[in-house]
Amino acid sequence: MKGKPLASIVSAGLSKFGKLEGLYAREIFAQAAKEAYERCPKLDPKKDIKALFIGHMGESYEHQGHTGATAADWAGLLHIPATRTEAACSSSGAALRAAIFAVASGLCDVVMAGGVEKMTHRSTPEVTEFLAMASDFPFEQWHGITFPGLFALMATAHMHKYGTTEGQLAHVAVKNHYNGSLNPKAHMQKEITLEQALTSRVIAWPLKLYDCSLITDGASCLILTRPEIAKRYTDTPVHIIGSGQASDTIGIYERDDFTSLKAAKIAAKQAYEMAGLTPEDIDVAEVHDCFTIAEIIAYEDLGFCKPGEGGKLAEKGETTLKGRIPVNTSGGLKAKGHPVGATGTAQAYEIYLQLTGQADKRQVADAEIGLTHNVGGSGATATVHIYRRG
Amino acid sequence: MAEPQAFTIEQFYKNISQKKLMGGKCRKCGKIHLPPRPLCDKCLSTEFEWVELPQKGKLLTYTIIHVAPTQFQSMAPYAVGIIQLENGVKIPGMIRDVPLDKIKVGMRLKMEFEEPQHTQQWPQWPRYHFKPF
Ligand SMILES: CC(C)(COP(=O)(O)OP(=O)(O)OC[C@H]1O[C@@H](n2cnc3c(N)ncnc32)[C@H](O)[C@@H]1OP(=O)(O)O)[C@@H](O)C(=O)NCCC(=O)NCCS
Ligand SMILES: [Zn+2]
Repeated sequence: MKGKPLASIVSAGLSKFGKLEGLYAREIFAQAAKEAYERCPKLDPKKDIKALFIGHMGESYEHQGHTGATAADWAGLLHIPATRTEAACSSSGAALRAAIFAVASGLCDVVMAGGVEKMTHRSTPEVTEFLAMASDFPFEQWHGITFPGLFALMATAHMHKYGTTEGQLAHVAVKNHYNGSLNPKAHMQKEITLEQALTSRVIAWPLKLYDCSLITDGASCLILTRPEIAKRYTDTPVHIIGSGQASDTIGIYERDDFTSLKAAKIAAKQAYEMAGLTPEDIDVAEVHDCFTIAEIIAYEDLGFCKPGEGGKLAEKGETTLKGRIPVNTSGGLKAKGHPVGATGTAQAYEIYLQLTGQADKRQVADAEIGLTHNVGGSGATATVHIYRRG
Repeated sequence: MAEPQAFTIEQFYKNISQKKLMGGKCRKCGKIHLPPRPLCDKCLSTEFEWVELPQKGKLLTYTIIHVAPTQFQSMAPYAVGIIQLENGVKIPGMIRDVPLDKIKVGMRLKMEFEEPQHTQQWPQWPRYHFKPF
């Protein structure tokens, strides 16, 4: 049945995002878990939570793999089954899917989905190398292509095909920095000007510093239940009514089109169909702005505008807090920050706040339907979820 | 008789070290794979033949990398792009021997093979790049 809840979010937690010096990933995850427990006094975490699914991209950062068990332990949840999901920057989008499967199958009543990454203690060249591991090694990394480089290839192609401009990209950065300035948990809580964005130093031409997401430490989590029992835990659950995930070639060079992410389009179609909704129904969205061009492509792939018109949508301000369809009210990966493994469920956290009226200065009035769009790497994975106020 | 060559990435780079750009053509559906693969993603066939690919093509998109991974830091800024070879197959690579501000989408480029560098580490793949002609 269309629009039937698959799972319900009864609580959510987010650590501070930023440079969290002296903390290890598991300790940051404990912060997120603590917030989720405190928000939901009717939940007895040790008794009720039956499984953990956690997104984590890389063991290189901390010489630490096996994140599932470690995170469960530090969240005080031993001895539940705990599994790490890895899909690059969509690792916790994939964790959320796995958690939905667990409750929708009836195997578990209550589960936790989350994600974590600790990045800032490593140098930028090291992080650049670790991030690149989510792209194709033999043909992309081996020839010097970086993550910003892959999205720069998409930006050049988008500009060439549709006339998208650097100024339009800068509008995305200005908007997300403004939203981030209203989010006390954002990594960068400062507004920037178009001028600042346009004159910032080049990272991978045509992308400049303010076109790039941040290297950030952080963790996020959600508590999900079977929809039938959500009201036992809270009067204000958020139902997940659509879920999509798709894959694509690891190398972007093998794709027919560099101006769109096919996996995101397929995942979006699945989620919209499951929810019985169309792009016009979405009140607020968190999309994967790992680079400003990625947000513009997301508008197009999600159907918020026609292909090629994403730049104009940003320029006209239609995706600002007061616009037709507010996007990245949290500040997005650009300003809130992008601890890669934590991002998918951190997007869901923001939508949870928006649909339960807890988004404070960033609150979108009467938000009832939300969407998250989480892209792994350069688009070889995408997960899209649609949420409805309970 | 020589061992038949496996349709693998390792073999692709062995061919590159002999200055040959080779793809694997599916005997069933005709798709040319770069890199070669042991299982055709289009028709699931495992029957392939080697075909030599054109070394010339046009630039579809490009970027100039300023912030590079550790290994490439000394080369930055450098250009990389995706080149469509004359038979339609696409391949990424660095673009060299041209001022960075003269690079344009659509420009014609040809492949240049580099001398293999012998190190102790995996992998020992030789590199190539593209330049105008
Ligand atoms: C863009 C990038 C290379 C900049 O790193 P860097 O050159 O080492 O910059 P530094 O860390 O030295 O920071 C220098 C200044 O710029 C700021 N800064 C760093 N990254 C920034 C960003 N993305 N946006 C805005 N400001 C940024 C820092 O806060 C610092 O400001 P300060 O001098 O006022 O303290 C890095 O942020 C990056 O790689 N981002 C992309 C991450 C990525 O690819 N994620 C995966 C996507 S799929
Ligand atoms: Zn075939």
